Amino acid sequence: MNILEIEGLCKYFGGLSAAAGVDLHVAEGEIVGLIGPNGAGKTTVFNLVSGALVPDSGSIRFKGIAIEGRKPHEIRRRGIARTFQAVKVFSNMSTLDNVLLGHLFGGAEQQAMTDSARRETEEILEFVGLKGMKETRARDLILANQKRLEVARALAARPHLLLLDEVMAGLTPTEVASSMDLVKKIRETGVTVFMIEHVMKAIMSICDRIVVLHHGEKIAEGTAQEIVQNRTVIEVYLGE
Amino acid sequence: MILVRILDIVIGGLLTGGIFALIAVGFGLQYGVARVLNIAHGEFIMLGAFCAWTLFTKAGITPLVSMIICAPFFFAIGYVIYRILYNPLRSSSASPAVFEGNSMLASFGLLFVIQNVALLIWGAPVKGYTYLAFPVNVLGAVFSANRIVTLVVSVILGSAFYAFLMSTRTGKAIRAAAQDPDAAELMGVRISRVLALCFGLGAMMAALGGLLLSMTSIMLAPVMGMQYTLIAIIVVVLGGLGNIKGSFIGGVILGLVGYIVSSVQPGLSMVAYYVIFLFLLLVKPSGLLGK
Amino acid sequence: MKKGHRSSILIIVALLLLVLLPAYISSSSYTIILISNILMYVVMAESWVIFSGPTGYISLAPAAFFGVGVYSSAILGEVLPLPVVILVGGIASFILAYLVGSATLRLKGMYFTMFTFGLVELIRNLVHWWEVNVTGTVGRLIASEDPLVVFYAMVVIFLAVLAVSWLIGRSKFGLALRGIGESEEAAAHSGVNVDRVKAVSFGVSAFFMGLTGATMCWRWSYIDPTTAFNMQYSFMPVLMAIFGGMGHLYGPVIGATIFALLEELLTTKFPYYYMLIFGLTMIVVIRFMSSGLEGVIEKWRKVGKGGAEGVAHDAGKR
Repeated sequence: MNILEIEGLCKYFGGLSAAAGVDLHVAEGEIVGLIGPNGAGKTTVFNLVSGALVPDSGSIRFKGIAIEGRKPHEIRRRGIARTFQAVKVFSNMSTLDNVLLGHLFGGAEQQAMTDSARRETEEILEFVGLKGMKETRARDLILANQKRLEVARALAARPHLLLLDEVMAGLTPTEVASSMDLVKKIRETGVTVFMIEHVMKAIMSICDRIVVLHHGEKIAEGTAQEIVQNRTVIEVYLGE
Repeated sequence: MILVRILDIVIGGLLTGGIFALIAVGFGLQYGVARVLNIAHGEFIMLGAFCAWTLFTKAGITPLVSMIICAPFFFAIGYVIYRILYNPLRSSSASPAVFEGNSMLASFGLLFVIQNVALLIWGAPVKGYTYLAFPVNVLGAVFSANRIVTLVVSVILGSAFYAFLMSTRTGKAIRAAAQDPDAAELMGVRISRVLALCFGLGAMMAALGGLLLSMTSIMLAPVMGMQYTLIAIIVVVLGGLGNIKGSFIGGVILGLVGYIVSSVQPGLSMVAYYVIFLFLLLVKPSGLLGK
Repeated sequence: MKKGHRSSILIIVALLLLVLLPAYISSSSYTIILISNILMYVVMAESWVIFSGPTGYISLAPAAFFGVGVYSSAILGEVLPLPVVILVGGIASFILAYLVGSATLRLKGMYFTMFTFGLVELIRNLVHWWEVNVTGTVGRLIASEDPLVVFYAMVVIFLAVLAVSWLIGRSKFGLALRGIGESEEAAAHSGVNVDRVKAVSFGVSAFFMGLTGATMCWRWSYIDPTTAFNMQYSFMPVLMAIFGGMGHLYGPVIGATIFALLEELLTTKFPYYYMLIFGLTMIVVIRFMSSGLEGVIEKWRKVGKGGAEGVAHDAGKR
């Protein structure tokens, strides 16, 4: 079943078309990669799906229901969570509080602040590997851990679809490798992953399918093998 | 007869609007470029008005001559205030948003200080003077000469400033700094100097606006500044932040509205301005001419 | 955590003693009136911080909500019993703030500040116009109330605002507020209904300001738009909160107390200089002490206590 279906999605900024009729879908349980040169419109698509932006035209269906134009908190509570290209953790709050906020507010049913909520939050921290730092202030974490924190916060309240926006940017090769493991672990818990990434090694090895955007349109789609051999894609990337 | 009435409204609105525009341009410079929400802007207007009063009643110097004396003086004050207060704040603030908040609060303190100083110098009782108060007939509608002079001077000042912004090197530096301070700095613009300059120019324009206002026989009191700050804010939002032409047009529109409302229901002009402000903020915060 | 609870309770008991003792020891109504005045500023500052502290939105509207409270008392004072009248003042302010907040809080911080700056003037002008054109008389007389009654009412309101402030700080709502202050976008994407949380907290903050206005006006015999919607009631709480600090419950209390005492001293000895001194203090504080007195105190405490204990006393925070 397709958990996410995007049809004819358009978004214009002044005279610029950031998204010019994007068609794509993500099936439940997949890890789908979204790649393309800078300015291709990838983050715009994420922003449109997550509710940060309102589309000018087109439709976005999540589990069959249209969600375009809804507010970000409504979309989150329906089950789509995301991370951001420029990490947006709550800097002066502890790691635990960061995730706790997502846990209490992010689900379809709102949670109360109880000890069991705290314990469940700690479990999420353990899942991403941040258990030992639960009291650390988010701003004092290194970048790789801040990114983990954002993922943890997104995973709180069990979303069905996770949008990762360049979660591996700025990481060392070792950090990239453990990030890849984390993404696979996330899929194993039943969360569908849709990820924007520039780190090709990661995309090629963990994604089931890859969608390529250029100038706000999809220009190719397929498995890693197919994409690597696609002439249009090669031209687009070499031409940049 | 209706034509005269319309003319009366249009010209009356323009006269009020001209000063609003001048005041707003100064404020816009401080907020649009230097990113300082100068709540004390109205206090400089008040100071300009009182300087005109003092020079006229104690030394017999006409307001138009006073303008030439006061302009560099207020420019210098604004420049120095920026250097010693806002520039260090800019360096010590963690982010532009923090700086905006801190500089606004600092302007707050400045407001208190300036108002108190004015109170000490000139006292609380309301003052005023008249100059060029004879009536002039403009196409059938009658206005006081001093108001026409203020419009003319506002237009001259506004145009001069516009020319300055567009053609001189400093003007270009200001425009660059307004767009992207960091990029401008990388291209060799001395940012602190340019921003201080903007603040000084803003203070100068406020003072000149106050000076012109005082000529139209309004009542001068140390507490008069705030309403003008509010008007400046509304005009800047109306015309679009950072947009000089917009501030001018916004000032004129607001002046028109104020004049019309005052003639129908005196005392409600401030309310009318505010409703416009609210409407703008909700519907098009980038202003009528903003991007 | 227990240690934190203990120190908070100690602080509250100390405050209660501080407030009630002088009133009993000195039977002079001057002391009672002075403390009522101080409590007025403390409540205004503390309630301002409820919203503006965590979110970082600088509201200059307190005078508007204070004034609404004043007018509620003036209009309903003869008709309803005092506690009800005061409550109505608070509720009216809450509603006004919630509506205004819903409409304007989606604006960028500075636009919101500019808007609130004008709100006071707008309401003042509106009420003035109404009194001139509709009711025919500007201002109205109200019966004075016993200073002791006003005093006790303020003590209750003071305890209430502290309690609510503390509860919010430890609650889910407070967590959402802080998240909004850190990153509105991230908070929204984490499921927080940002617009509603902001409007409600703005309303709660205004509620206490309305209560205060509705209570304090019983010490005046005459009110009019200019005295009810006086910009001082906006500027002073902000000044006091910044000076005292906004991270802990006691920050605004200290800031407001010091300033209120200072104002009392200055208006009697140097009435022509107090704005100057306040303004300069504000500038100095913003420039050199951005976390206020609290920042200085906390730094000294952390240096004295060190490490693990610092975490326990953080529980006394809002």
